[in-house]
Amino acid sequence: MVLNQGNGHWVIATTLLAAILLSIVPMPLWAQWGRPAIVAMVLIYWVIALPEHVGIGVAWMVGLLQDIVAGTPLGQNALALAVLAYLALILYQRLRMFTPLQQAIVVFVLIGLNQLLCHWVQTLTGTISPNLLFLLPALISALLWPVLSAFLRLLRRNYYVN
Amino acid sequence: MYGGQRFEWFQQANAKLSIVATPFYWLADIPSKISGWGKSTIRSREILIKDNDRLSAETTLLKAQVQKLASLEAENVRLRELLNSSAILDDSVLVAEIIGVSPDPLHHQIIINKGESDGLYVGQPVIDALGLMGQVIGVGPLQSRVLLITDTSHALPVQVNRNGLRSVAEGVGLYHQLILQHVAATTDIKVGDLLVSSGLGQRFPVGYPVATVTEVIVDPGQSFATVKASPSALLNRSRHVLLVFSHRREEVDNGAQSG
Repeated sequence: MVLNQGNGHWVIATTLLAAILLSIVPMPLWAQWGRPAIVAMVLIYWVIALPEHVGIGVAWMVGLLQDIVAGTPLGQNALALAVLAYLALILYQRLRMFTPLQQAIVVFVLIGLNQLLCHWVQTLTGTISPNLLFLLPALISALLWPVLSAFLRLLRRNYYVN
Repeated sequence: MYGGQRFEWFQQANAKLSIVATPFYWLADIPSKISGWGKSTIRSREILIKDNDRLSAETTLLKAQVQKLASLEAENVRLRELLNSSAILDDSVLVAEIIGVSPDPLHHQIIINKGESDGLYVGQPVIDALGLMGQVIGVGPLQSRVLLITDTSHALPVQVNRNGLRSVAEGVGLYHQLILQHVAATTDIKVGDLLVSSGLGQRFPVGYPVATVTEVIVDPGQSFATVKASPSALLNRSRHVLLVFSHRREEVDNGAQSG
């Protein structure tokens, strides 16, 4: 049991770090705006799956790390992800009952909110988006959600993360 | 968030923290390293021979040009001495490799693999083989962040190479476009004009190519012409960049200290 517990933490940490890594992998120019908010998605999954382990605190730390790595104003992603984790914590009992399609719709709204918060902070620091393309990742993330959640569920079952 | 803009120590701490980001960029760069290795290792003999021929021809050509340049430079120095100008044209450079780009399409920033240990400083100009690319905005222990000239928050003083007309080139967030601000409608500026850095901002050295004018729109209803230019540097295609160590800066610093 103790071993499993340790194992579980490693799996969660590794998936989150891998998500941060994926969030800085260079994209071709045409796909730049559509980069899925992979860190937010992985975080939502773990909050829904293990709300007693992954919560607002973890979200804040992950967000800070993402800020440092991506070079965004320190606290931007931390704030957005903390809010995201809070909403997911409120919703997790319902989300567990949902079909993948219903979950994807909620993920669309959550990540849209995440993008809005990020953009809001960026606007404060002087970078204003000329259009609403910065909301595109919400759509892409929602489309990817069934695949990602199935993959993470597989990981969770295989490594007995609980 | 605000702290990042308000306090210098905060920015410095942020730059130091970038050492945490180094392994991430190292990992994210592996695929392009592998493809680069493949490109340089797996090559046919014919291509190598062809490349060799082309390069040696190019070297001869460049050498010939350098000969001319040396005499021109000497002449320039003499003329500047006559004018009592303190500007020194000789800049030393350091080659750095791009290891990452900003994941946010709104921020035109790149990450390079040189940092504090190589003597980089904030505000240092960055160029590539064809022109000015941007400036260093954050120096970490092992990597630095460079703001490109096309970022919406970037503007640099330029002048038209043909007639010395001064202006300011602003980035608009597109890799292929810069916009000249406040150019009077009657100004002598034409499509195809080369814009070079004017050195007036005390940040970029004089005379590096910045952009070529691509479009001049004179609207009689507007008091200023809209002038668009495309950057000379390959902002989204270069792999290697050059960091310019401008001697002028040291002079300015020393002057400030003594004065």
